[in-house]
Amino acid sequence: MSVLVNKHSRILVQGFTGSEGTFHAGQMIEYGTTVVGGVTPGKGGQRHLDRPVFNSVYDAVKQTGADVSIIFVPPPFAADAIMEAAEAGIGLIVAITEGIPTKDMIMVKNYLSSRKARLIGPNCPGIITAGEAKVGIMPGFIFKKGPVGIVSKSGTLTYEAVDQVTKAGLGQTTAIGIGGDPIIGTTTKEAVELLMNDPETEGIIMIGEIGGGMEAEAARWIKANGTKPVIGFIAGQTAPAGRRMGHAGAIVGGAEDTAAAKMKILRECGITVADSPADIGRLMAEALGVLVR
Amino acid sequence: MNIHEYQGKAILKSYGVSIQEGIVAETPEQAVEAAKELQKQTGTGWWVVKAQIHAGGRGKGKIVGTEQRGVALAKNLDDVYNISKALLGNVLVTIQTGEAGKQVNKIYVAQDVYYPGESEPKEYYMSVLLDRAQGRNTIIYSTEGGMNIEDVAHNTPELIFKEEIDPATGLQAFQARKIAFNLGVTGEAFKQMVKFITSLYNAYDGIDSAMFEINPVLKTSDNKIIAVDAKVSLDENALYRHADYAALRDISEEDPTEVEAGEHNLNYVKLDGNVGCMVNGAGLAMATMDIIKLSGGEPANFLDVGGTANAARVEQAFRIILKDKNVKAILVNIFGGIVRCDRVAQGIVDAYNNIGEINIPIIVRLQGTNAVEAKKIIDESGLKVHSAIQLAEAAAKVKEVLA
Repeated sequence: MSVLVNKHSRILVQGFTGSEGTFHAGQMIEYGTTVVGGVTPGKGGQRHLDRPVFNSVYDAVKQTGADVSIIFVPPPFAADAIMEAAEAGIGLIVAITEGIPTKDMIMVKNYLSSRKARLIGPNCPGIITAGEAKVGIMPGFIFKKGPVGIVSKSGTLTYEAVDQVTKAGLGQTTAIGIGGDPIIGTTTKEAVELLMNDPETEGIIMIGEIGGGMEAEAARWIKANGTKPVIGFIAGQTAPAGRRMGHAGAIVGGAEDTAAAKMKILRECGITVADSPADIGRLMAEALGVLVR
Repeated sequence: MNIHEYQGKAILKSYGVSIQEGIVAETPEQAVEAAKELQKQTGTGWWVVKAQIHAGGRGKGKIVGTEQRGVALAKNLDDVYNISKALLGNVLVTIQTGEAGKQVNKIYVAQDVYYPGESEPKEYYMSVLLDRAQGRNTIIYSTEGGMNIEDVAHNTPELIFKEEIDPATGLQAFQARKIAFNLGVTGEAFKQMVKFITSLYNAYDGIDSAMFEINPVLKTSDNKIIAVDAKVSLDENALYRHADYAALRDISEEDPTEVEAGEHNLNYVKLDGNVGCMVNGAGLAMATMDIIKLSGGEPANFLDVGGTANAARVEQAFRIILKDKNVKAILVNIFGGIVRCDRVAQGIVDAYNNIGEINIPIIVRLQGTNAVEAKKIIDESGLKVHSAIQLAEAAAKVKEVLA
């Protein structure tokens, strides 16, 4: 099963012929992902990485039957690319681009609210279903098929958790990088819900950080609806208030969005919280050990 | 990106928002000239001299070692001169600056807007910002202006109102009227308030602002509605659309090391601790700071070397971290995905040799792509570097070197 993407997913790459798009599309293909083509306006009809290039997402969908799109388009044009994909009937849009203006994302979010497309990101590492499809920029070799689903705002911290899970003798179903911007398409709660409903996922790791209220929202949902063990980690326990920590959304704005406040809410909702990021894999293994044996 | 009050007000004015007028000055002599000019333009009899720093609480804040407030009323030109002299070049400490305070390099000589008249002046609060949960802009407003809004929210939450803006339509007239009604203004002041709110939102939208906070919004004794203060923050991701606003950045307001790091595309935030860190990725960088704390240290910085950490960037990052004399150890934590750990390891060895004497312990944890080769490079380099592959090992080594 797994969620969002699998070996049957037909992936389109927007910003295909650019340097980022070229490199990562190549890596995705190497992982075994079904990349059916790409879009670069003005380069339609060419071939790139042995796949067709189209002028528009509409053309690409018509010709290839693509149902997932990954976006490497630069920030000034990324909002347009997301909306074009939604309009063309793409069901799942993964926006890797970092640095999209907030005003553009307000418009995108509103645009998508009346369409059926799901957006993951922007400013995210993408999604991977271990052994089946990599729609993102994460290093494929650290993943192994297994029972753990992962939801995270961060890239390298996700890899850290994945690596610990793999080294603990477990593996992953799907890892979803939801992104670190103030406005993102799929929230922590929505991603957790997908994994909670996935029969192959036995345990969930939820990695958050300072800023915003998404982890608290997810925790309350888990308390009411959770059926699987959840391990939580919140980065930024030592981050000072009012300073932006790399991610545009990682800024402590008030008493409610500090790491300590979020960790407290997670614990109150029955989630096992790792104080140290070095313990994420071990805690997941312990939780599943109890469940399985 | 934060900008000064005088810059924010100039932008507001260009969108038709009524403001407390003022002129910026950098010397007491300029301040006096500004006061005279302002008297000509506005007829003001008194002036308000306001320190221009990127922090709130200026009215209650004081210049170090004196009783001089960061915002002061001047009743004559001698006052303007003396207040300006007391502020300029000196350090102002407010509730938001921390103990170190901020040096005042510019002042804003503004008109007095609390003059007596047919009605009592009244202060309100208004801000425009993104409601992250809704993904929409929101106007937050209150009848309790001129005070710390966090205190109002805590003590009298019923006096804070929110108005959400539909992205498809923008602010509608009925919403501006609703806000004005809720603030209790009537007659001419009501009309002025509706106009103020409308133009304020247009400005927010037009300049790709990340945040407006106007505290106070003043109803003057002759029923004008004006912005007495303006805290304006711009969306850095949108600066490419507003090339002219790049010039509004005041580098003197920023930590010089952070500015230098930015020039090398390193995302660095200086903190007060004793263990420096160098990490790839913002989330892992925050997590690494947390590890340092859990190991008995305090993080000296946040530093994200980004997704393309190469030898040159690693060396630059070391140089930046080493500028902080409080740093007693450095933890390098790289999870190689696209980045190859062996290249980072080589960067560390090169940096060590190029920089020369590094007398503090360095713990290097390289995991992911080519981690084993990387550990070999570090171990064979002969440098006094502690290497680790697991995060838990790195944490233990931090504890060890601090002991």
